[in-house]
Order: sequence, then C-alpha cells, then structure tokens
Amino acid sequence: MPRSSVHLLCISQRHGGWDQKSQIWTHQTKGQISTGVMSFACVSCAQASLFLLVSFSSGFYASPLNILPSEVDMSSPLMYGTPSSRVEGTPRSGVGGTPARQRPDLGSIRKAPQVDLHSEPPSADGAVASEQALGQKLVIWGTDVNVGTCKEKFQRFLQRFIDPTSNEDENAGLDLNEPLYMQKLEEISVVGEPVLNVNCSHVQSFDADLYRQLISYPQEVIPTFDMAVNELFFERFPDSILEHQIQVRPYNALKTRNMRSLNPEDIDQMITISGMVIRTSQLIPEMQEAFFQCQVCAFSTCVEVDRGRIAEPAVCRNCNTTHSLALIHNRSAFSDKQMIKVQESPDDMPAGQTPHTTIVYAHNDLVDKVQPGDRINITGIYRAVPMRENPRQSNVKSVYKTHIDVIHFRKTDEKRLHGLDEDSDQKLFTEERVQILKELASKPDVYDRLSSALAPSIYEHEDIKKGILLQLFGGTRKDFSQTGRGNFRAEVNILLCGDPGTSKSQLLQYVFNLVPRGQYTSGKGSSAVGLTAYVMKDPETKQLVLQTGALVLSDNGICCIDEFDKMSDSTRSVLHEVMEQQTLSIAKAGIICQLNARTSVLAAANPVESQWNPKKTTIENIQLPHTLLSRFDLIFLMLDPQDEAYDRRLAHHLVALYYQSEEQIEEEFLDMAVLKDYIAYARTYINPRLNEEASQALIEAYVDMRKIGSGRGMVSAYPRQLESLIRLAEAHAKVRFSDKVETIDVEEAKRLHREALKQSATDPRTGFVDISIITTGMSATARKRKEEVAQALKKMIQSKGKTPAMKYQQLFDDLRGQSEAAITKDMFEEALRALADEDYLTVTGKTVRLL
Amino acid sequence: MRMWFVCRFCCPAAQSNSNPEWEAKVLEYFKGQLREKESHSWVPSLNDVPLHYLKPNSLVKFRCLVQDMFDPEFYMGVYETVDPSTKANVLRCGKYKDVTECGVDLNSRNTVTAERQTFYCVPIPGESPWAKEISFLSARVVPSTSYVPSRQKRSYEEDDDDMDTQPQKQREPHTVMMGGGGEHPHGNGDSKRQETEAPSSQTTAPSDCSSHLDLNFPLPGERGPACLVKVYEGLDSFKLNDTLEIYGILSVNPVLTVIVYPHRDPSLLLLNPTESMETPEEQRAHDPPASLVPRLHMLYARPLQHNNPLLPSAPTEDQSAFVSSFLVEMASVRAELLAYLTHVLLGDGLAAEYLLLHLISNVYTRRDVLPLGKFTLNLSGCPLNSYTERLYQIVQQLVPCSYRLSMSLHTMNSMRLVPKKDYVANRLVSGALQLARNTSLFLDETQLEQGQLDSSGVRNITALGNLISWQKVDYDFSYHQMEFPCNINVLVTSEGRSLLPSDCQVPLQPQVTPPNMEEYLTTIHMAQFTSQINKFRVYLSLARTLDYSISDEVTKAVEDDFVDMRKDDPQSVTAEDLHRMLVVARLLSLSLGQTTLSRDGWMRAKHIDMLRRSRTEQQKSLNGNEP
Repeated sequence: MPRSSVHLLCISQRHGGWDQKSQIWTHQTKGQISTGVMSFACVSCAQASLFLLVSFSSGFYASPLNILPSEVDMSSPLMYGTPSSRVEGTPRSGVGGTPARQRPDLGSIRKAPQVDLHSEPPSADGAVASEQALGQKLVIWGTDVNVGTCKEKFQRFLQRFIDPTSNEDENAGLDLNEPLYMQKLEEISVVGEPVLNVNCSHVQSFDADLYRQLISYPQEVIPTFDMAVNELFFERFPDSILEHQIQVRPYNALKTRNMRSLNPEDIDQMITISGMVIRTSQLIPEMQEAFFQCQVCAFSTCVEVDRGRIAEPAVCRNCNTTHSLALIHNRSAFSDKQMIKVQESPDDMPAGQTPHTTIVYAHNDLVDKVQPGDRINITGIYRAVPMRENPRQSNVKSVYKTHIDVIHFRKTDEKRLHGLDEDSDQKLFTEERVQILKELASKPDVYDRLSSALAPSIYEHEDIKKGILLQLFGGTRKDFSQTGRGNFRAEVNILLCGDPGTSKSQLLQYVFNLVPRGQYTSGKGSSAVGLTAYVMKDPETKQLVLQTGALVLSDNGICCIDEFDKMSDSTRSVLHEVMEQQTLSIAKAGIICQLNARTSVLAAANPVESQWNPKKTTIENIQLPHTLLSRFDLIFLMLDPQDEAYDRRLAHHLVALYYQSEEQIEEEFLDMAVLKDYIAYARTYINPRLNEEASQALIEAYVDMRKIGSGRGMVSAYPRQLESLIRLAEAHAKVRFSDKVETIDVEEAKRLHREALKQSATDPRTGFVDISIITTGMSATARKRKEEVAQALKKMIQSKGKTPAMKYQQLFDDLRGQSEAAITKDMFEEALRALADEDYLTVTGKTVRLL
Repeated sequence: MRMWFVCRFCCPAAQSNSNPEWEAKVLEYFKGQLREKESHSWVPSLNDVPLHYLKPNSLVKFRCLVQDMFDPEFYMGVYETVDPSTKANVLRCGKYKDVTECGVDLNSRNTVTAERQTFYCVPIPGESPWAKEISFLSARVVPSTSYVPSRQKRSYEEDDDDMDTQPQKQREPHTVMMGGGGEHPHGNGDSKRQETEAPSSQTTAPSDCSSHLDLNFPLPGERGPACLVKVYEGLDSFKLNDTLEIYGILSVNPVLTVIVYPHRDPSLLLLNPTESMETPEEQRAHDPPASLVPRLHMLYARPLQHNNPLLPSAPTEDQSAFVSSFLVEMASVRAELLAYLTHVLLGDGLAAEYLLLHLISNVYTRRDVLPLGKFTLNLSGCPLNSYTERLYQIVQQLVPCSYRLSMSLHTMNSMRLVPKKDYVANRLVSGALQLARNTSLFLDETQLEQGQLDSSGVRNITALGNLISWQKVDYDFSYHQMEFPCNINVLVTSEGRSLLPSDCQVPLQPQVTPPNMEEYLTTIHMAQFTSQINKFRVYLSLARTLDYSISDEVTKAVEDDFVDMRKDDPQSVTAEDLHRMLVVARLLSLSLGQTTLSRDGWMRAKHIDMLRRSRTEQQKSLNGNEP
C-alpha cells in the first residue's frame, strides 16, 4: 500500500444489514495495509460522526465501537466482531430490531481482495481535521462509489421513480402513476417477504451513473442499496416485523445477455444472462463462520471463512496454549447453497457449435427456486476463482474456474402455466434493425416479398405460402373472458393435403426451422402423450414431474404435424381441444391441470389412395373427421397441375436451384434472418384492430358467403368461417405493420379464404363450392341423394304390399333394378339405416322386417 | 527445420511485455514457416507417432475431428511469480501452457486474465487403413526424439493384414529406456506407455485412473490418441465435426495427470467451491490423464477439405497444377474404375455406374432446408452371405473414410447412433452418426431380420431417415434437440427395396453367379495393382472437389426436355425425378472431368436414369405387390 494514511469508512451495525466490521479484519489479515494511520469514518450516522484514529500493526484487531484507539484493550472479547448472521449476537438496531442477514450471493465482502476504503483526493491525505467536510468524497477502495451519495441517490430513486408504461406482470395491480417502488415497499410491509426486486433498466433511466456503479461494483453498491432501503422502510413502517432486513435484488442488467459473450472483463460485474437449467445439486451447507473452542480453557472464538478457507487459530488467546483449539461443528454458522448448471438457450447459439454451460450458485432462499428444464434469466455477479493451490506442488494449473453468484432468478416460461403475459421473451431489436424492418414494411409489395421469401426452394404454390405467412403472423389475441366466452383463438390453422412428393414435408420443415417455438412431429411416430403432456417420475428426486409434449412446447409457436392422416384416432382427438380452445386439459396421476397450448397447427396429410382422386371430396380423399377439418382456417390442396406452362416454370426453377450461386439467391430473396425478425417484431408489437370499414366489409363478405348457398338450399358459411376471415385480415394487417385492419386486409383474407375453399370444398359432383363438405363431412347434394334413395326404397317396400319380412339381398337387387342411377351397397345400407331411424323397419342379420 | 524449438521463445518474449504484438508475430512466424514447401511434413504427427516418442513442449500436428467443444475457460495470460534463483518478481506468460511455474502471486495487479476454449478432438472416425498408412509413410520426419526411422512400420495390427507388423517384443526395451527421458522428467513414463499402447487390454492400470476411461470415439472399435486442444484465436470459425489439421504445442505435463478425487480430502470439498463444482465423471471427461489424452495448444489449424493423403491438401498452386494434370487422365481412369466396379458388382454395368456416381457425390450447398448434391444410393437385390461385407471392404479400399453399419435388429436396438449430451459428465457422448464430411456410410440392410424394434431402435431408424433426407442429425440435448448439418454419403444395400428413403434405387442384376463369392471378389481385388488403386483413390477424391456450372443454353434445353417428357405422360416424370436427374447429370459430368453440363451429358444422364427406371419397374411387376 503506497499511501501513508488510509481512510476507512465504517458503517456501524446500527445502520443497516451489512456486516461492515469484518471488512476491516480481513483487510488486516491480508496485510495489505501495513503502515500508517487509519481513520474510520462512519458517515451513516451523522449525529455520531466518529472518526477513529487507529494506529495499526499486524495482529491488531480494530474495534468498530465508539472507543478511542488508545483505550483499546487487546484481550477484550469485544475485539471480535459479532457475526451479523446470528441473531442472538446482533445488536438490535434502531430500525425496528430486525436482524440483518448475510448475503453470500454478493460474496462475503471480506473475500474480495480489492475491497477497501480510501479517500479519493490524495491532497486530502492526512488532513484529518477536514474529514467532516470531505465526507462526500470518501469512496470505497477500488471503486468510485461514495456510500452516502449512493444511498441518497437510491433513496431518491425509490421515492420518485414512476413508470407509467410498465407492463411487467410483477407490477400487476400497482398504480402506475405512483412511485413504483414505494408501493412495493408497502407490499413488503403487508406480505412480510423482505425482498425488493429492482429492475435495472428503471435505475438506468432514472440515474445512469448510479446504474453504471451498480453494474460495475455490485458487491459494494448492493449492500448500500440494502441500507438505503431499510432506512427508508423502517422510517415509513416503523412497526413492521420482518424476518430479516430487506434485501435488494436487482435484475435485468442490460450489460450481458448471452452466455457466449461473457468474457474476462465481466468478472466481478453484475450481469444478466438467459439460459436453461440442466442440473441442480443437493443443498450444500456452506460454512460462514467457524466456531473454535479451546480444549484447555474452554475459551471460544469464531473465525470467518475467507475465500473458502478457515484460518485455524494456532494459539489460544486466553491461555496461550498452542494447538488447543478444536472446531465445534454445531456451533458454527452455515448458509444454504446450491450449485445449478445452466446451459445456453438454443436460440442464442451460432449454428454448428455446442451450447455452453455455466455454473451458478444460489444462496439462502434462492436455493431450490428452479428445476432442471426451466428457462430462466439470471442476474448475478460473475466470478473467477483460481484453481486450488496444492501446497505440495509449486506448479499449478493456470486456469480459473468461473461461476455466477446469483442475485435474482426470473423464469421466462413460468407464464405458460398462468397465461398472464402476452409475450414473455420479448426479443430485443436494435434501433437499426427496427429501422430496416419498418422500411421493409412501408414497401407496397411487402406481402408478396415476404411470401416469396418463404421457402424459396419450393416452387410456386403462392397462395399456400401466403396462407402460411399469415399463419406465422397470427391474428390479434382477444379476451372475452369477462363476458363468459373465454379467449378467442388468434392462431391460424392450416392443413395441406395433396399428392405425395409435392414438397409438403419440405414446407413444414422450413416453417419449423423459421419460428423460434416450432415443433415438428410426424403423425406416424407420435402418440397422444407425446403431443400433449405426461407425468413422469424423476429418477433422481422421485418427484412427479409434468413433461410437456409437442403441442404445449409450441405454445405461441407453430406445431408442424406431418402425415396427419396416419395419426391414430385417439391422438387426433387431443387436437380438438387444442385447435379451438387453445388449452390442454390433463388429468393424470393426481395432476389435474389445464395448460395453455396457444399453438398454430400446420398439418400435412396424404390422400388415402396415395393419389388424390379428383372425383372425390376432400373428406373422402383424406378420411379425416369433419369435426377436425372444420377447425382448420385454410385447407389447401397441393396438386400437380399438369400443364405445360407450369412445367416450364417448374423446370426453370429447379435448374436454377442447382446452378445459381449462393450470392445470386441472396439478391433475389430476403434473408431468412430478416424474415424471422420481421415476424417476431410484428408478433410482439403490432396488435391491429378492426376499423369501421373493415368491419362492414367483413359483414358483407359473410353475408355474401351465406347467400351463395341459400340459393340452392344449403348453408355455405358458418360463424367459424367469419372468425377465420377476421383472423386472416388481422394477420394481413400485421404483415403491413398496421395498427388498423383495413378493407384491403379484408379483401386479401376473402381472396385467400375463397382460394382455399375452391380447392378443398368443391363438390366434385356439382362443381360448386360447398362448405358443408368440411363442416358436416358431406356435401348438400350427397345428403339430398341419400334422402332420395331412402324414399325410393320406402316406396318400393310399400308397393310390395304386406310382407312383414324380406331378404336383404333381394331387396337390394330389386332396388338396383328399379332405380335408374347406380346404387351402391353403401348407399343401400345408408337408406336402410335412415328408414330404421324412422322406426319404419329393422334389420336383423340378413332379413329386413317391417314394423 | 528446428521449429519445435522456436516455441520456447514465445514465453520469454512475454516476460519483457514490452511488445504487445508478440502474440501476433509468433503466429505469423509459425504460419510463415509452415507455408514453406513441405515444411509441414517435418512436423511429427500425433496420428502416426506414439505419444511417448514425442517430446513435450514440441511442435506437433494432429489430423482430427472436433468431437466436442467444452466451455470457455479463463486462464492467467500473464502472471507474476518469484524467480527461484534471483528471488525477484517476474512476469510470466501463461499462453500455450497448462501449468504455471513456481508460486503464483494471485493478488498481483499485473495478472492478465485471458480466455481460451478447449475442443475435444478425436482422429477422423472411420479413416481407412490405407489413408493412415500412406500419410504415415509420407511423413518424412523423425521427431527430435530418439524415435528411430527403422520403426516406421509401426503396427496397425487391427487394421490391415498386408502390413508389416512390428513384433511387440522388440519395442519393449526401447521404450522403457525412453520412458523417463525428455527434458521434463516424469515418474510415470512407464505406466503412460502402457496406457497409450493398450488402452483396451489394460488390466493393471495405475491406481489413479483405475476406472475405465471412455475416450468417446464416435465409432466402436476405434483407437488412436484423443486430444484436448486449447484454442486461442478465431473461436467462432470452428464448428463441431470440422476436420482439422492442427499444429500446436504438445503438453503432457504430469501435473495434469493427477486426478484430484474429491474423496481425497472431504473437508476441502465442503469449503472449496471449485472442488464441489465438478462431479467425478466430469473431471474424468474434462481432465483425463495427460498421458492418455495429451493437451495440444493450438497455434494454427487448417481445415481439411478431404483427408486423402494422395492429394495435396492445401489449395495452393501445386494443387491446381495437380488437378489440371490429372484431368487429362480422368476419362481413362474412370473407364478403368468402372470396369473394376462392374466386376465387383457381378457384371452389372449400370449398377457400377451408379455406384461410381454415388462415390463422388457431395452436398455442395443448401437451399434453406434442402441439401443439394446428395445422392443416396439403394443397391437392392444384393446376394446374401457376406457379399455385402466384401463389397464394403472394396469400397473401404477406395475412399479415405468409411463405416459399415450392419443393420441387424440387435445393433439397431442397442447402438447409439445419435450423439447425446451427458449432463453429468458435461460432455457430448458421441454416436456413430457423428462423422466427418464425405464419409461413406455403408448401411447393410441385408443383416436385418424380422422382429421388434424397441423405442431406441425406432429412434435410430428415424435418425437414419433424417440423415438421408435432410443430411442432418438431431443431436440429443435431452431438453431439446439440436440440428447439426452433415455431409455423409449413404449407401444402402438391401434385398428388396430399402425401408429407408433413398435418392435412387438400383436393383442389382448379376450377370455372373460365381460359385464361390469370396474367392471371386478376392481375385478381383488382388488383380489390381496398388498404383492402379491409388489412381482410383485420387480420382474419387478429386472429382468431388471440381466446380460445376450449367450454361443458360443447356438450362433452356433441359427445361424444354422436361416439358416434353411431361407432355407425353405427366405421371411419368415428376419434380422429384427432375431433381434426381439434375444430380445425376452433375455427377456424370464431374465423373468425366467436365465442369459444365453439356447437352450430351444431359442426354446421357437421362438415358441411364431411363435404364434404371425400367429396371425398377420390371422389379415391381415381378414382385407384383411392391409399393
């Protein structure tokens, strides 16, 4: 230590939950201060304003108490700092008598080598008389943090900070126009949980300098915050009783987001990273303070743990016996600690590399807060510890071990169970990026541009791509739960059916790769359990754990299901609930719950007869229950159009695919990353609402659709179709980054919906579009004909006179002979069934009896 | 050439600390030296020379695959210590080193913390014996140790029968003498030798590595040194499964060998956070004994486009000269190779043609999710009884990297194909599909019998299907999957049509039915001279690397052709067929050394595809109910 005198800042125990005394001890034991005069200043209690001049020598224990140094009695037990972690030894402070609690998450202050206090202006050195005036200039050694100023600033922040735009779920129910953190303090006084979470971005917007200090010197600044908040709290609520003093837990430090970008400069700074918990250890009791007792004279002493080591006292200070002190385990102080391994979340990683992992230590009440599999944001202090030195070896590994001491956890996916928020993992966009996206959005042909950027390797199928594009954007989420209708589905579901080999799977693969929360499953390989959720016993903890399946995992994303037709019926039945109510109910092994599955379904199905039969309806071709089909907003056919012009364009496209270089492609199409960001941005920030004209246009469109059918005596549209139209129109408005759904959006939605219907709901017998094919599984004409056959049969039987029983086969032959249209066996059976329903006859085995 | 001594200079250079650019200069120097003609062949290779012959802290090279990437680590870039002789405080450099010297002053303000990453590298999986042998022989060095040239014919006992096997006995006394040699004497030189030499047959292992150490090779039965490579520069440029030739400083400091098991000192476990962080499994995986898994501090790494030792590896002038000289021969070599393959495929010329095309196929680019250039061949109708096995041996003789996966029910149910993250040991447990680029994967479906696949079997089949269709493997990270693109040539041999997807199915139509298949194939193989085989090897590797383009004119012609074909019968030719024909045309042109598609080439591609299709159709009508 080059300076001859050092000013030590002493904060007495009375003023906050911070064990400041011990700082001085270590300070000495390290021998960093070897000369001169030390001055202790307690600036926190102005009325006392003690300055202790302590002449210093190694082995001397300075007392924080209000005594003159010349009176220090070396043998007094007062010389030992009373650990704040133990209640009985803690001096009751003026602030409600609430004990302070150690914060191992900040790393015991005494462990850090550079923590020290000294006066900033060297000119003031030695000028003891002017200490009082210089009070403001005292800073913690190695930093530029002045405790008094820092405290004042933070108190000002707590008292004044207002964030009217806050939409965090933590702040739900608070008055946004009142100081936010004062309300939280009030909450603490009511609830009694002495933890104050502070959003760093709030601090930043309030006082950038304070924020910088917080990030750079968390170890020093957070305890200061603790002090500040406790003073404030007990001033306001002097009668509150808390378990321990309030601890400040900052979160959302903007410094670091990504585990990959951690570097040596971040050491000892406060960082926030996101990741997924992969392993948690058992609880580790970590010794904070070792209790030694002399075997000879029963004199006891406590030793603080310093950097994971206990310096065992060699000599008993009472009876001077050497090596007589023994460690008493059950009188030592321990704190809880847990090791948690966190892995980089897959979204943050560059392609082709493996995810990084980081070790995180949770302390005290943060232990067991997270489970493996949780996605969390961690705020903490990044640490690097040199590898243990082996006294027997002079050469050591030159590697540090790094970990994070966690201060705050924030689960990013916990909302899935509560359904509280809109978008939990808001992607952050830089200014420039937003600018690029907005520029793109302002182009008149943005819709076409985006749709052609979608899966450029797949040829044409423009409308299908447009449909999928709208699906990616989704509609606006509406909540009618107050009026009893619950959530309205905002997700668009699409079914692709068509001949094998028409790159359906490829489209699915592309979409799966494009969206952050995409899941890809194949109907053949998935079971109901795999799609929904199942209860599993964790092999380690023997705990029942709910494992979520593809549908739940793709909440807020897209679930791509290939070979939809090959799915077993029981599996498919799960989809009914998901595709309309957007929830998933589970009642298994004692767990009954409803999970959110706000997922869009993109499914692909092959026709039953391997080739699409144009003479049959969609339902007949793919043999899916109509209850399920009607839940799809758009059903597209991917067929081989078989015309020359198409062939030529297809050939050109494919050949180009094979010889164009990467750069040419880049020029032609939008970058996938831009598309991704565009979608993410629109989904997060754009919530279009219908305007007056658009509503009118929708009404007209619906009425028109109803009219088409009514002429022929059939229903051609249901409210479900109207809902689809609204969703599609909203999605189209999102594509344009528009907050209003306008007529052009409705027009496009109408067009697309009509195109899809034209393909999938055309009755092959009449050539008309007939919505009932999809909604009831049977076209109106087919139903009419069924009716006719039944009537003909009835007439025939009546004409036969009074025969109570008839042979089945004979009746069938008679009917075939009589009718001019070909009657299949199916049709005949259907007619019989219809008559049986009328209680006109019964069929038993091979005979038909009249009733 | 005394380069390996030069590396000693980089450390003293740091002590002065006056020139911050020294690090860049060191790298520059080494790169410059290695660029010099043939200089790289003077550097001993970890692939060829047994570890105990190599001097610690010397420059070595290693041809390898990045199997796993560990977390970044912080190390002391510069640290302060007390010089034992002068008792003065000195600064030392920690770069390119594992271990610090003397006591380190941890509180020194001069300490500079720097970052590096560790890659776990294994020799290229499935590297053919001939490739190993040739690269071994071409290395002209004898490192600065007493590794005597006469020992060059070191054994690859397990690999090839026609290699001269060095009797085990002869080596023994020599190595014992050498065990304690070198300038960093280490006491356990003896046990170290045992470990490197016979990791599998090891029974009397030294006490500190008593538990079996899994070196995590992707393929079963592989051996060779695995290596922990410390990477200092350009971390982002490396990817998992890259094949690299790494030049670096070898470190086998015995300090690293001491595994500190937590149970040695339970009280420290409780107190020291660094101890309890790691499970014993993790320690074993991340800090294996240096004698088994040496550390390599990377100076410079060259990505390998191929690992064929017969071709110049660097894209330099002499490579282009080599290519142009070989192009002249191309057509004739192709004809010879085709004749050879025809014999091997029992006289089936068409199948031989397709096999040849398959062998030079390569995923040359990806359009969004679609890999272009892949050409998975399904050779159906293969005779049973070890024919496929012999066929594989012949393929293995031609390509530098290959693996035969016998798809029996047992292997499908029990084998791990997809790499999986082991969170306890914190490493990526390798699987058989973690292969280097352009590895020939030979799937032998003739071994499959009726029976039930369990869930892992189904997963394995799905993984194979994904590999073939999308050229990607979804690595299992237990909480999620991660997709890794790959570039593997898959050849499926089966009796009927394969249950796996394929780009092209060729039913084998044997023209000859030799009474003794073994003998027949052996005679064919023996009839080829090594020089001939070497030509084939060069040909196959070279044809793959050629550039290719289609002129506008031919594009037009192809388009017209496609439209014409569709006109006659739209069902007969689909987009998928066009995809395949374009690949066939590409490969066919490249196989002839032509870098652009000609009309002729297109017609020929169309022609052989017609032949093949008529053959499959025939098969269909024969079998009747084949889907």
